[in-house]
Amino acid sequence: MRFSFSEEQEELRRVVRRFLDTTSPIGEARRLMETSEGYEPAVWKQLSQELALPGVQIPEAYGGQGFGFVELGVVLEEMGRALYCGPYFASVVMAANAILNAGSDAQKQALLPGIAAGETLATLAIAEPNGGWDASSVALEARCSGGAWRLSGEKSFVIDGCAADLLVVVARAPGSRGSDGISFFSLRASADGVTRRPLDVLDPTRKLAKLGFDGARAELLGEAGAGAAALSRTLEQAAVALTSEMAGSAQRLLELTVDYAKARVQFGRPIGSFQAIKHKCADMLLLLELARSSAYYAAEAADQAPDELPAVASLAKAQGSDAFLHIAAESIQIHGGLGFTWEQDVHLYFKRAKASEVFLGDPIFHRERLAQAWGL
Amino acid sequence: MDAEDVRREVRAWLDANWDPELSLAEWRNRLADSGWGCPTWPVQWLGRGLPVALGDVVAEEFERAGAVGTPSGGGMTLAAPTILEHGSDDLKRRLLRPIVTGEDSWCQLFSEPGSGSDLAGLTTRAELDGDEYVVNGQKLWSTSAHHARYGMLLARTNWDVPKHRGISYFAIEMHQPGVVVRPLRQMNGYASFNEVFFNDARVHAANAIGEVGNGWTVALATLAHERRSFDAIQSRGRSPKGGGRAIDENRAEIAELMEPYKWYPQRAGRVDLIVERAKATGKDKDPVVRQAIAALLSLARAAEWTGRRAKAARVLGRPPGPEGSLGKLYSSQIARAAAHVHTLITGSDALLKGADGPLEGIIAEILLSVPAVSIAGGTDEIQRNIVSERVLGMPKDPLIDAERAFRDVPKNLASKR
Repeated sequence: MRFSFSEEQEELRRVVRRFLDTTSPIGEARRLMETSEGYEPAVWKQLSQELALPGVQIPEAYGGQGFGFVELGVVLEEMGRALYCGPYFASVVMAANAILNAGSDAQKQALLPGIAAGETLATLAIAEPNGGWDASSVALEARCSGGAWRLSGEKSFVIDGCAADLLVVVARAPGSRGSDGISFFSLRASADGVTRRPLDVLDPTRKLAKLGFDGARAELLGEAGAGAAALSRTLEQAAVALTSEMAGSAQRLLELTVDYAKARVQFGRPIGSFQAIKHKCADMLLLLELARSSAYYAAEAADQAPDELPAVASLAKAQGSDAFLHIAAESIQIHGGLGFTWEQDVHLYFKRAKASEVFLGDPIFHRERLAQAWGL
Repeated sequence: MDAEDVRREVRAWLDANWDPELSLAEWRNRLADSGWGCPTWPVQWLGRGLPVALGDVVAEEFERAGAVGTPSGGGMTLAAPTILEHGSDDLKRRLLRPIVTGEDSWCQLFSEPGSGSDLAGLTTRAELDGDEYVVNGQKLWSTSAHHARYGMLLARTNWDVPKHRGISYFAIEMHQPGVVVRPLRQMNGYASFNEVFFNDARVHAANAIGEVGNGWTVALATLAHERRSFDAIQSRGRSPKGGGRAIDENRAEIAELMEPYKWYPQRAGRVDLIVERAKATGKDKDPVVRQAIAALLSLARAAEWTGRRAKAARVLGRPPGPEGSLGKLYSSQIARAAAHVHTLITGSDALLKGADGPLEGIIAEILLSVPAVSIAGGTDEIQRNIVSERVLGMPKDPLIDAERAFRDVPKNLASKR
């Protein structure tokens, strides 16, 4: 592990930050959160064609840039910082990695270049109304008859599920349980037998959908019934990526809050000179740096140490969301009454923090996974 | 002169001079005469004027040869660098050599019962009487004061100026009638430090290190060296392997030096024991305990990674980021969380200590030693002030005592004596 970024990685960070500063100031998040599709196609196109960001971690053989999770993490940290609204997490982090983990070479050739170019918007449907984020919670069934696979059941909490045009779906063989019988499928979102409904979400900067499948025809990705390992890996990678995004958001939020505490004057002095406020901010920094260190370590592990990944992905997700949520709650507190108003930006980050706490499994779920991974 | 020249030269000198059958004092005199004991010190003051990086080369060669080095206590790590930086030539001539040879050991006389975090509010007084100062007051948290020949004393010599400007720094002889050293018993039962009472003790004016009234600046130099040598406590407890008179005497010297620190591993919380203890007690099946263990181990690992980031930035020569200032606060959090988890795991046996207690009393020692971590070397509250002001750039608390004559500043009402 290097515990530092290369000059090229720092340059990538600068480029992405500059781009998002220009194209996605916080006012854009406010505008887009009120729309149903939740993103700006012109910015997505620019981000895809000029910066080639959707392909950053997709191998060159499949039309991507061929970098790793460290670079992907840099991009996501910056997106979290800007509270960027767009289908990046759905398409690049979740769907592309699911296809990389589960698909055959021919399927990767067929599906990934479109995602890498930003032309295909894909998403990955794992969880169902029961809200579980593991193989045993999957109930949606896939049946094969006459060489054709058909999906029946429901998916929920599907990120950018209404904006996506390609769906990757985790399903199980009828009668199977636990990790057995798990398979990945892909289908067009417009396929017959698919219904989509946007969910009314707590965090309006991240759109979720409920999907219904009524005998919808789908293509099997990889081998039937052998998808459990790919599902675990995909979830671990997504947890790592989400930690990077949370660390970026949390850092921006701490900066906003410290700036506010320096400028806000009460009792004839900036509230940031009161130790009650300074100590809160110091504690927020302590948590932030733990989240960043976890995100960076886990991203390196995702690239180089697959054996460590199950443990450190869960460690990072739990550490990262605890930090982000604490920082968000304290940021509202330090902003006082204004912090509770719609007009201040802090609540936008708070909502992302709350959503990120439970998305992909809450901290209790991940700490239990961690305990198991460490032999307890 | 490059690294390989230095390596060749020190190797040749060690081949010709290192003899484990010398007495420790004889050997250390050779180190002082040759300059190889303190290679980064100036040539005229027992050193060889080498840059720090080449000093590391010399240390490597000493280790390779299995040769004993200079002493490890506060004389070498704190007093000597302070004297080199701020002392008069007379003091350098008189005080440095016995530090290098180990003949004189030193203790620090900074903290007082009435001034802990606010060190500059100290009230031990030194008053000029002829060419000597007369010292009255009390110090505490002095390690090794009962062995020391000299103390690094901070005392107030002027009460009519603001607090930072009325302090002077002295090298005071500890073996005199006006100085009484008593062990200071801690809540965990050990007495690793001392309290020191001054009752008309005397120190010659020529023993002031730096200008009279400029002691605060000199103290900051000592404190900077203390921070730098903080990590070294762990590595100090090593003497060369093998036998011979010098090595045996060095081993005894180190054993005496390390004695006060024997509970320090417990002070840090002993995270290393957590998993095996949980399995041994069966508490590893309890989902609440599993959560607490996972949270603690996560904290410990993420804090370690944060330290590694700071180190990587240093090695690359990048400006230090916030990650370098947080280690002490993480240590407090880890220690406290570890004590909590040890208690969850141990259950009723946490009522017991010594031979009746789990792990021969180690668990009890953890529970009773952890409270030191968030106080020693700067309380968590002071650390948070430092982090918020220096890293986050937040405004300083308005000070009410910084520009007033110290005489007029409200004094402690809560001190013990």
